[in-house]
Amino acid sequence: MNRRGLLAGAGAAVLTAGSARAVEKPRWMSPQLPDGTRDEAVMEALPGKQGLIRLADRPPNYETPIDAFRTAITPNDEFFVRYHLAGIPPMAALESWSLNVGGEAADRQITLSLDDLEKNFEQVEVVAVCQCSGNRRGLSSPHVAGVEWGYGAMGAAAWRGPRLKDVLAKAGVKAGAVEVWLNGADGPVLPTTPDFRKSLPMDKALSDEVIIATSMNGQALPHLNGYPARVVVPGWTATYWMKHVNNIQISTKPLDNFWMQKAYRVPAGMFPVDHPFATQDNQTTWPITDMVVNSVVAGPAEGTRLSTRGFTVQGVAWDRGHGIKRVEVSLDSGKTWQDARLQKDLGPFAFRGFILPTGQIPAGDYVISSRATNNNGETQVEKLKFNPAGYHNNVPQQVAVTVA
Amino acid sequence: MLRLIGCALLFGAAAALAQEPVALKPGPGLDAVTSSCSVCHTLNYIRMNSVFLSPDAWKAEVTKMREGYGAPIDDDTASTIIKYLSASYAAQPKS
Repeated sequence: MNRRGLLAGAGAAVLTAGSARAVEKPRWMSPQLPDGTRDEAVMEALPGKQGLIRLADRPPNYETPIDAFRTAITPNDEFFVRYHLAGIPPMAALESWSLNVGGEAADRQITLSLDDLEKNFEQVEVVAVCQCSGNRRGLSSPHVAGVEWGYGAMGAAAWRGPRLKDVLAKAGVKAGAVEVWLNGADGPVLPTTPDFRKSLPMDKALSDEVIIATSMNGQALPHLNGYPARVVVPGWTATYWMKHVNNIQISTKPLDNFWMQKAYRVPAGMFPVDHPFATQDNQTTWPITDMVVNSVVAGPAEGTRLSTRGFTVQGVAWDRGHGIKRVEVSLDSGKTWQDARLQKDLGPFAFRGFILPTGQIPAGDYVISSRATNNNGETQVEKLKFNPAGYHNNVPQQVAVTVA
Repeated sequence: MLRLIGCALLFGAAAALAQEPVALKPGPGLDAVTSSCSVCHTLNYIRMNSVFLSPDAWKAEVTKMREGYGAPIDDDTASTIIKYLSASYAAQPKS
């Protein structure tokens, strides 16, 4: 346990050099993060949001404090924010938003308004985890370049809107369609930078669970979570969950761009997947797709002093859609484990809450970990499967606390 | 020229999102870093990614920005930026 983890931050307001403004540091950041990341991060409330951990303001990259994961639904105003490119349309510009659907493998091109999406299609709701591919990158050992996320580049919400497949059917899907290409209203600063576009293979695009969400936890999507509509791809990392989606092309060929072919790749075969993405595979790397089974201890907080009367370990677990079968908790650095109680099942793509009250407990130092197993028999790994982009880190946490 | 286009797009599209100035360490090449890198992103990205990248890894990042993200940075400027990052924000090789 690195002492900096306990000493830094602690909710204190500090003054930065050359600034008269008080800056609030995060209550807790993992001591495994790079020193520069820990020094840079501050709490900041974006418009309409509570304070999130700011890693960067332009483009905006803000993560959710870990204690928010005591509950299985993440409130909209605590939901993380992540953009690659700083050309983000303001709300006023999004009022004239519409969605174009067409492409070489479509029978026709159609234009849909927000009203069309909400009234002219069956509305379905799915509770699903939206997790940045790079969540926990900052914990990678050795460290790798990128946005140095801790545990909070994720959240789960009840998403509502029409199925993508119903919208595609309205445009007509021809034989010969191989991918669905997605684009959003945000874009690069420079015209030489590749616009952020992503694609889905047909089987995932046409699955029942993929929707175009116009509602998040019963409200309009927050501006920086994709207002007015984003693609929701349950089970897959958030890189496919196109925000401000305004263009969908049914294509006869694979999307060949930086964001598919160069970024968001994992070593071929390193992680389990249910939906192959054969049109984007090559011999050495695959696109990142399905999330790995994982869990997070949201409380108690690292460094806390607790009473011998006992405390409650709580957090959430998730996977790529098989559902969570079991969550175990260890209080001794992973030497022994006991089953936590699973909370309400909100669906296979949702966070599954878990809780373990310790009861009376002897004074001493404890290291808390959680370990989830899914209904496919997969369990979190003991040792990091290192990969160059720092993806899919599901090594159990080590949360040090003291009982006195 | 490209920078002007960039600024025009930026202010047209995202004026609502402020960017705080970031103080990087003084040193030769700081001006090139400031004028090139901050066109598209906060200079905070550099401090956040410190200190762990080797000089070669910083060179790879600058190459990624040029070839992957289309940053209009010429060879001389790239070399200046890499030298600055290697001197100011790179991990020292293990002896």
